[in-house]
Amino acid sequence: MNAPDPKTLNDVEQIKARSRHLRGTIADGLVDPLTGAIAPDDNAVLKFHGSYQQDDRDLREERRRQKLEPAYQFMIRVRLPGGECTPAQWLALDDIAGAHANGTLRLTTRQTFQFHGIRKPHFKPAMQAIHAAGLDTIAACGDVNRNVLASANPYRSPLHAAAGALARDISEHLLPKTNAFAEIWLDAPAVDPSTEVEPIYGPLYLPRKFKIGIAVPPDNDVDVYAQDLSFIAVEDGGRLAGWNVLVGGGMGMTHGEKATYPRLADVLGFCAPGQALAVAEQVVCVQRDFGDRSNRRHARLKYTIDDRGVDWFKAELENRLGFALAPARPFAFERNTDAFGWHQGADGRWHYTLFVENGRVADRGARRLRTGLREIARVHRGLFALTNNQNVTLAGVEAGRRAAIAALIDEYGLEREASRLRQNAMACVAMPSCALAMAESERYLPDLITRLDGVIDACGLADTPITLRMTGCPNGCARPYIAEIGLVGKAPGKYNLYLGAGSHGQRLGKLYRENIGEDAIVEALTPLLERYASERQAGEHFGDFLVRVGVVPAVVAGREFHD
Amino acid sequence: MDASYDAGLAQIVPIVMNAPITAAHLPLTDAQAERLRALVGELSPAQLLWVSGYLAARAQHGGDVPATPAATAAGALTVLYGSQTGNGARLARRLAELAQARGLAVTLTSTADYKPVRLRDERTLALIVSTHGEGEPPDSARELHEYLHGRKAPRLESLRYAVLALGDSSYQFYCQTGKDFDAAFEKQGAQRLFERVDCDIDYDDAAAAWMEQLLGRVGSAPAVRATPALTPVGGGMQYDKRTPYQAEVLENIVLNGRGSDKETRHIELAVPGLSYTPGDALGVLAQNDPRLVDELLSVLDLSAEAPVSVGGLTLPLSQALTGHLEITALTRPFLAGWAALAGADRLTALLADGNEAALRAFLDGRQIIDVVQEFALPGLEADAFAGLLRRLPPRLYSLASSLAASPDEAHVTVAAVRYHSHGRARAGVASTWLADRVKPGDTVPVFIEANENFRLPADPQVPVIMIGPGTGVAPFRAFLQEREVQGATGQNWLFFGDRHFHTDFLYQTDWQGWLKGGLLTRMDVAFSRDQARKVYVQDRLRERGGELYAWLQSGAHVYVCGDATAMAADVHAALRDIVAAQGGLGAEAAEEYLRELARTRRYQRDIY
Repeated sequence: MNAPDPKTLNDVEQIKARSRHLRGTIADGLVDPLTGAIAPDDNAVLKFHGSYQQDDRDLREERRRQKLEPAYQFMIRVRLPGGECTPAQWLALDDIAGAHANGTLRLTTRQTFQFHGIRKPHFKPAMQAIHAAGLDTIAACGDVNRNVLASANPYRSPLHAAAGALARDISEHLLPKTNAFAEIWLDAPAVDPSTEVEPIYGPLYLPRKFKIGIAVPPDNDVDVYAQDLSFIAVEDGGRLAGWNVLVGGGMGMTHGEKATYPRLADVLGFCAPGQALAVAEQVVCVQRDFGDRSNRRHARLKYTIDDRGVDWFKAELENRLGFALAPARPFAFERNTDAFGWHQGADGRWHYTLFVENGRVADRGARRLRTGLREIARVHRGLFALTNNQNVTLAGVEAGRRAAIAALIDEYGLEREASRLRQNAMACVAMPSCALAMAESERYLPDLITRLDGVIDACGLADTPITLRMTGCPNGCARPYIAEIGLVGKAPGKYNLYLGAGSHGQRLGKLYRENIGEDAIVEALTPLLERYASERQAGEHFGDFLVRVGVVPAVVAGREFHD
Repeated sequence: MDASYDAGLAQIVPIVMNAPITAAHLPLTDAQAERLRALVGELSPAQLLWVSGYLAARAQHGGDVPATPAATAAGALTVLYGSQTGNGARLARRLAELAQARGLAVTLTSTADYKPVRLRDERTLALIVSTHGEGEPPDSARELHEYLHGRKAPRLESLRYAVLALGDSSYQFYCQTGKDFDAAFEKQGAQRLFERVDCDIDYDDAAAAWMEQLLGRVGSAPAVRATPALTPVGGGMQYDKRTPYQAEVLENIVLNGRGSDKETRHIELAVPGLSYTPGDALGVLAQNDPRLVDELLSVLDLSAEAPVSVGGLTLPLSQALTGHLEITALTRPFLAGWAALAGADRLTALLADGNEAALRAFLDGRQIIDVVQEFALPGLEADAFAGLLRRLPPRLYSLASSLAASPDEAHVTVAAVRYHSHGRARAGVASTWLADRVKPGDTVPVFIEANENFRLPADPQVPVIMIGPGTGVAPFRAFLQEREVQGATGQNWLFFGDRHFHTDFLYQTDWQGWLKGGLLTRMDVAFSRDQARKVYVQDRLRERGGELYAWLQSGAHVYVCGDATAMAADVHAALRDIVAAQGGLGAEAAEEYLRELARTRRYQRDIY
């Protein structure tokens, strides 16, 4: 093991080192009556508790002139492995949104809930209410294993159930063990931090965030190539044979820094069902010991692997595991999007996947998503299964109850006429709450899609699935670099346009136009869509087409992303 | 020389000259009256002044008073003032200058610095005192007021005195403190020089007349009136409400964040040429709302152009109503005047003795527009209406800046007053003028109103406790700016309160910066409506009683600024209870502790 050299630790590492196992001075900050914020250093610590301090950026300049501090507020992210929650939990979370947050729920690209706009006096009550609902937010953000994704809806097949179970097991196994969470939020008796041990993470936790996803082919809804670690279910006669293991994916980069890049995960091998937990732990431990703790922009597992090689990583991992991974089994994905509407599962029960534009559960005019889902939660007996594409599946509806659910869907106008482009699109939250956003995303993408729909309809492509994803900054929360059309914010109203990614996330996009506004985006895409409509081969996807005809080169290796 | 005072004097003298001298009025024979009439008729105003002084001195000292200024030993005059906002102090200084110019030995003292036992030794005393709230004395005069009304009050047979009472006739207990002192002096055997004069907020003319009368009684005028040695502050032109400074508005922003139910303005003015000290107030000469003027004209069926006389000027009525006359606050004199003109029995009945409660209920929430609407007076002349109105008084705002930190600027913190009563939207004259109708680039007529009763300790090492909820926090921004520039090492503790943390934390980033930099040692806040139980600054004081008392014991000064009706009393009670609890004192001893603080200028208030 490499002991980190204290002299080279970056600022966040030093804050973590001082934090007494993630306590910092958060408890003091929560009761500081002179500011709506917490202490600056505690921001890095707070993430481990599942929250980011943010501010309403729409008001930032106005309040500065008013000699008021920014409108500080907190985002709280729930830990929800596999995206499953009960109807009672949905109701509890909906209540929290109304009582403590901005009156909306945000379904995320990592299969969980976010609350936005929580002011400091509401912070602790909201955390306690989440706890009372049998949920928590531990490690939902921060330099630890984040929420573990699984192909949505455990009822679809035994493999889906196994994926969900593994997600929960990994999430539990990799939870930080510090008592800080209970002390700060739940008023638990204090434990001396010096007596605490983090058996997996150690005192500094990981060098950077760590993301795990578990997919069940042919759906790649979890975007296995974008995760630090992923497992792909391998079926054998309807039963789980084991898992293919992939490592080293990740989206984030920094504009103008070519040493940073999105990277697709490498397939490492295959493990038996009983080995998956050990594999997850040891992958984390290798990254814990070899990840770069001096430069946070070079700290993800993808750089550790690129710096030392996949072969080195595999050897190090197997050395720690005490066994070798088997050769990877064949697998095939078809899409990374959701199938909307009613579908029947293997056990005969029904599942309804609802399109939630950009994951925002809110009442807007006649489309009363929040109220409607709340009313459904009052009568639904199955699960709410959040998808990796910011949608929700009402899972496990008995045949006899389908009509009742369908009536509520109608009553509250939940089902919406939306183009295929819109249904398959994703946007991160961005403005006004995200501190990192350089451009609009969630608030703007719907309008851009309306305009692009006109082009697509004119080209006769309305029934052709094309993935479009937008983020307000290059960190890539909506995984834009593996969307066939990727838009990444650079400045207000200005985006980089990436094209040519694989239709199920298997190939990176390539920068096609830099720093362009809406008109230029439409002007750039229109001739390409027209050409695609007339020249595509049968079943050929838009990204594949653009690569085949040479509009953009194929980018598979992250290192070549900027070439 | 104070130009405004000259203007006042010029108005007084002709009135005296024109008064008919008849035997019926005076203890003179017809022949004497005739000779006096002849003499008075040929004297210039300056000569009249001299003669008045000469005759007074002659009457006082017998027949051997030489008619030359050098030998006019008219004796000593003590000018004592009890002032909260500084009006009384300014008038007292003016009187002292005039008296000195007439060769009188003058002692000018604030009641804050005046030991009550000195009263026994006074021979001639001029008292200028204001009234606040429910007929209460200014803080600085409380001790003297209590003393004169208590058991220890001395006999004052050798004292001659005159009282100038300052007040606001829109309050029930108009000039009450002046009345109290007048009655107390008389009761203790002192000799009243002449009848007390009660001044409304447009006090200049009445005060000038009182001074002339006083000087006529106690001193001799020199043959030639010397120019008083008045050194203008800052070496330049001195500005006051008659000759205001025209300040350009640099900034006019709302300090309350979105969603607030309050509107507190931060206004920055360019004032090169003005000089002030933290603790001073800015007088603002506002304009009435033109919509209210139009409404009055319409209700009264008067022409906007009708000429009226205001302060010796003839103006179109609408101009007089917009910029010169008070057209909102309902005063007892207005009501009496209106009742008489309109023959409104109901109003007359309200004004009768014994109906105070009914009158108060009637006045509550009503303004002039309500009365003129409810008690119609057809055919009223413009001049008659204007004659019922008092002068539009300047509004005073505690300065929120220090010249040391913000050179050539004056900052004020203005709460826009808006409310509904009797089915009508009401608006504070100056606050909504500043909020709604004054924009950056516009000019605002202002002057500095010094407040010697609200001053940082001279010693920069002395700790300071500042209690300023709402706009009361304004002078403490000035204090901290000043102390920062001074490099003052004394600790600073600020108590602030308002409704909501998120939107109403006035100057939040200023305080945060000073806390971070260490200038502000600590700050406690009370946001009353952020939780079910309302909390106020006095609650925070009580929570911090131990530390607060320790600060007091270590010599800290305490400053309170803001609402006079409730806050100041609640804060005072909290301080008293803290002193009692922490110092092991009884309530009366604790009061005495605070009185001693006030005496030694360690407990100062700027309340309104």
